[in-house]
Amino acid sequence: MSVAILRQGDYLIASIQSDLSDTEVVELRGELAELVGTYRARGIVVDVAALDVIDSFVARSLRAIVLTASLRGAETVIVGIQPDVAIAMVQFRLNLEPLRVALDLDAAISLLDRLTRGDAEDGG
Amino acid sequence: MKRQPTTRARTRSAAEPELEDERMDEQPDRSAADAEVDQDAASLLQELVAYLRDNRTELREEWARRISEAELLGVMSDEEIFSEATEVYDNYVDALETGSIETLQTYARELSERIIPRGVETHEVLGIVLLLRDVLARSLFAQYQDDLELLNRILDAYEPAANRIAVTVGVSFVEERERVIHDQQEAMRELSTPVLQLRERLLILPIIGVLDSARARQLTEQLLAAIRDNRATVVVIDITGVATIDRTVANHLVQTVEASRLMGASTILTGLSSEIAQTLVDLDVDLGMMKTVGDLQGGLEEAERLAGYRGGPAGDATGDVET
Repeated sequence: MSVAILRQGDYLIASIQSDLSDTEVVELRGELAELVGTYRARGIVVDVAALDVIDSFVARSLRAIVLTASLRGAETVIVGIQPDVAIAMVQFRLNLEPLRVALDLDAAISLLDRLTRGDAEDGG
Repeated sequence: MKRQPTTRARTRSAAEPELEDERMDEQPDRSAADAEVDQDAASLLQELVAYLRDNRTELREEWARRISEAELLGVMSDEEIFSEATEVYDNYVDALETGSIETLQTYARELSERIIPRGVETHEVLGIVLLLRDVLARSLFAQYQDDLELLNRILDAYEPAANRIAVTVGVSFVEERERVIHDQQEAMRELSTPVLQLRERLLILPIIGVLDSARARQLTEQLLAAIRDNRATVVVIDITGVATIDRTVANHLVQTVEASRLMGASTILTGLSSEIAQTLVDLDVDLGMMKTVGDLQGGLEEAERLAGYRGGPAGDATGDVET
């Protein structure tokens, strides 16, 4: 699979290297769900910079990844949506409702830091 | 075990009407035939029984051989099969002779009680009874092959009785099996779901097994009572032991969480396997208002943080998270 999943502290970083087939997207989803449990990860960053196209299936899968991970106790941030991809997504009105997005890895990590700490504050 | 006598009484009374039905079925035939034929059949049956008694040893061995050949009753040893076969054979012949299947029924039920826990399947029991029928029928063929007319009449007497015996044994076995299943279901339903207090104001509710509507309701009631009694502020529901989850179960969980919230306790759901998590997302179940954590350990850490904030002075655990 052309996705490298790296561990960085409490977070998992899934870096997509090239365009993915639908099967690979589904595999990625299953693998992330599994690894969140294995490493007890608190956050996931999905880097989609290599994707030239984000169609409705990929968008829905990203949404599924976010929801699945959140049921397993991890927050997810998407980074690296290309400008033309962003325009296309807006034009096609792809529903990205629960997706949190950051510009780059740095921003994603600090967003995750805020989110995972925010969890504790929510309860307060 | 204590329940057995009543259950037996129940199965017996359940079986009896069936017998009467069968007898009633036979009634028109009997009224059509005259009494002489009846007597003829009875004497034939006597002859048959005598023949089967005389050839007991060979037929029994033949039958046991056919059972091992067909690889039935794999869980039992050859000696066990042979001794059971002897018992069944004698009971079978008795039942043929007296036409009363009650003894056989009792025996079949006891046999089922003995062999069901060892994993004997329905097809095996039916298989061995049918084998015995075949073995006996064949020996009858061999015995009376010179006189086809007599053979026919013997078979006329033999077949209905043999079939009724086969049905009786099969039904007894299935009834016993159903009783076992029923008892086990009962036992599973009665498995209590404990609500445990882990810390002051922190409860754990480990759910194991199947969550159906009745159990979910009972569970919710227990949980709410425990929340009130312990003045709990945080509840951790762990579903590591729940094998599958569907929309109904998920909705039960949502309701449980909602109800606890109304009691002033916040709920953390833990132990969702990756499969369950993906299923829930695919089903589009709205678990948005639920706080979920991957495993029980994480859930307890989270719960302690929550309880620490709520239960009076903030503890150490909260301090380092905050800053």
